[in-house]
Amino acid sequence: MDYFRAHVLICGGTGCTSSHSPKIQQEFADQLEKNNISKEVKIVTTGCFGLCAQGPIVVVYPEGAMYTMVRVEDVKEIVEEHLVKGRLVRRLMAGDTEAEDTSKSLENVGFFKNQVRIALRNCGTINPENIDEYIAYDGYKALQMALTEMKPEDVIAEIKKSGLRGRGGAGFPTGLKWELTAKAEGDDKIIACNADEGDPGAFMDRSVLEGDPHSLIEAMIIAGYAIGANQGYIYVRAEYPIAVKRLNIAIEQAKDYGLLGKNILGTDFSFSLELRLGAGAFVCGEETALITSIEGKRGEPKPKPPFPAVRGLWQKPTLLNNVETYANIPIILTKGADWFTTIGSEKSKGTKVFAVGGKINNTGLVEVPIGTTLREVVYDIGGGIPNGKKFKAAQTGGPSGGCIPASLIDTPIDYETLKEIGSMMGSGGLIIMDEDNCMVDIAKFFLEFTVEESCGKCPPCRIGTKRMLEILERITGGKGEMEDIEKLEILSKNIISSALCGLGQSAPQPVLSTLRYFKDEYIAHVKDKKCPAGVCKSMMRYVIQADLCKSCGICAKNCPVGAITGEKKVPYVIDQDKCIKCGVCMEKCPFKAIFKNV
Amino acid sequence: MKSIAELEAIRKKTLDQINMRTNKEGTRVVVGMATCGIAAGARPVMNTFVEEVGKRNLRDVTVSMTGCIGVCRLEPIVEVFNADGTKATYVKMTPEKAARVVAEHIVNGRVCKDLTIGAVEEEENKA
Repeated sequence: MDYFRAHVLICGGTGCTSSHSPKIQQEFADQLEKNNISKEVKIVTTGCFGLCAQGPIVVVYPEGAMYTMVRVEDVKEIVEEHLVKGRLVRRLMAGDTEAEDTSKSLENVGFFKNQVRIALRNCGTINPENIDEYIAYDGYKALQMALTEMKPEDVIAEIKKSGLRGRGGAGFPTGLKWELTAKAEGDDKIIACNADEGDPGAFMDRSVLEGDPHSLIEAMIIAGYAIGANQGYIYVRAEYPIAVKRLNIAIEQAKDYGLLGKNILGTDFSFSLELRLGAGAFVCGEETALITSIEGKRGEPKPKPPFPAVRGLWQKPTLLNNVETYANIPIILTKGADWFTTIGSEKSKGTKVFAVGGKINNTGLVEVPIGTTLREVVYDIGGGIPNGKKFKAAQTGGPSGGCIPASLIDTPIDYETLKEIGSMMGSGGLIIMDEDNCMVDIAKFFLEFTVEESCGKCPPCRIGTKRMLEILERITGGKGEMEDIEKLEILSKNIISSALCGLGQSAPQPVLSTLRYFKDEYIAHVKDKKCPAGVCKSMMRYVIQADLCKSCGICAKNCPVGAITGEKKVPYVIDQDKCIKCGVCMEKCPFKAIFKNV
Repeated sequence: MKSIAELEAIRKKTLDQINMRTNKEGTRVVVGMATCGIAAGARPVMNTFVEEVGKRNLRDVTVSMTGCIGVCRLEPIVEVFNADGTKATYVKMTPEKAARVVAEHIVNGRVCKDLTIGAVEEEENKA
């Protein structure tokens, strides 16, 4: 057996891979070889650390030193300084506000210090392509406990007791879902996993699949035992190639170890697992559409009831949970429901992972106890808003969710509280907006998305969302009228009450919630024909302030459409008919004489 | 197919290998690995520490490196930081002495006094 004195963990998640972490890994291998220490230092590919904004990320143990934004050229220095001489390369370490003298190891970085990682417990710690490392951190121990010490109903009772709720968005109690499926009529039952993560900006499921695929597999086997199913399907987006690859590797390894297949761990329980790839339709994240897609048909939703728990895949009772929900299962069994209930809020136990993006310093994945306030997520963990701008709103739940305005920043993030204020937990996308974001434009963006992704089966969604989008385009185009706002509200209510599936029923939410908190912005667009944030181009003018203009002509030279004219000693002017509002002139003006007039 | 006992064996073995990624408390062995240390033979000393700690499954012990401590004439120098914050500084180390430090100091808690900087300096003064 080989012993290593140091481990170099390199992030192999999608984010860091696209910023060339595989090249960095190769360079580490070459440099270790060159310095003759490749036998002392082990290189490990891991899943996502969560701090995606600072990638590619490299962590060196035993110090736990975290290097951020590492370039191939930096590797030589890390190897020669840190690994050969034992001196940390401070200039590459997480750029945090911590005092200089604390060693900037993982635990001391503000971003990690305030998190509680349950679903992401192994991401960034283990090598996802090595089942042994998963097993080392108590992996498959929960399965072993369930199969040898617990009856199926004990497992369900424990999950019920934990208070775990579905992490896919709606927050249905997981234990109850398991119980309903277990009690449903029919001997042949099926376990399914929704890994068709489609909300724009949400990528927590991808990180679990990439960083800790065995936790999902273990949970699905346990679910099979609990409800009496012997077959499972993971429905994963084909757009997640790294996740698909690692899931395939993980399933093969689990089969090799006899953790999947016949007579698992020598008991009489058998379970097999297959992948099904989605072809990129957002609607297939809706449970009934997902089920029809797995069956090999066109992915369209069906009316509920019957719910999947009663009649799902091939008319058999089907347990369908999302990736993050499953990732919580093994640790609930090994540590106990009592431990799990100590984390979280009164009605919602445990943690939730958020993919934080938009106008925030630490873009990335954040796992916090449910009930944490938005302020803590944005400022303590997210590092605040860049460029000293003001926080305006946060969007949760993607195209099905709504906005939380700045006045409600101290709201605890919880299924109930978010619903009360007109948003929703959703799958966990959290998009932060500052004063430069136009809320009408945001609503339009999400509606464009739903119009594009509507499957077309039911008219309220197919036609209704299209009409709403047309109204929003009118408003942002400066041609809106006051009755348009009313029409939006009426249409929204009708679509919500008549659409067939969750996609349509929630599609008007972004409009309703922005209307609720930012109606003045809609009115400004309609009445004053102004976009207060200066985003909607049709209502914006660039003007040159005559007394500041030095007639240098730089703006005219840079204007791509030749809209600026002037001569020496006379201030330049912009021809508003020709101007395409690209803003290049304002950027280039050396005297800051050009202004955006909103 | 693996039995539960085999799984447990894998768990234990792998945890020994990857333990350094979670462990933050316990004994820390720091080997001086500047030019002076390496020239005096610090590398085989450190390798011995890594190997001995691994072989004995000492989960709460980490081995790391540092730069020049300053008394280059006494290299290779190794400092052992106990969990309670106290430390012992060993000088003129060899792989054999390293194995002894692991067995006597780290495992049994008896500092190898004859190898510490105080004892060696005294010897030198006498001579």
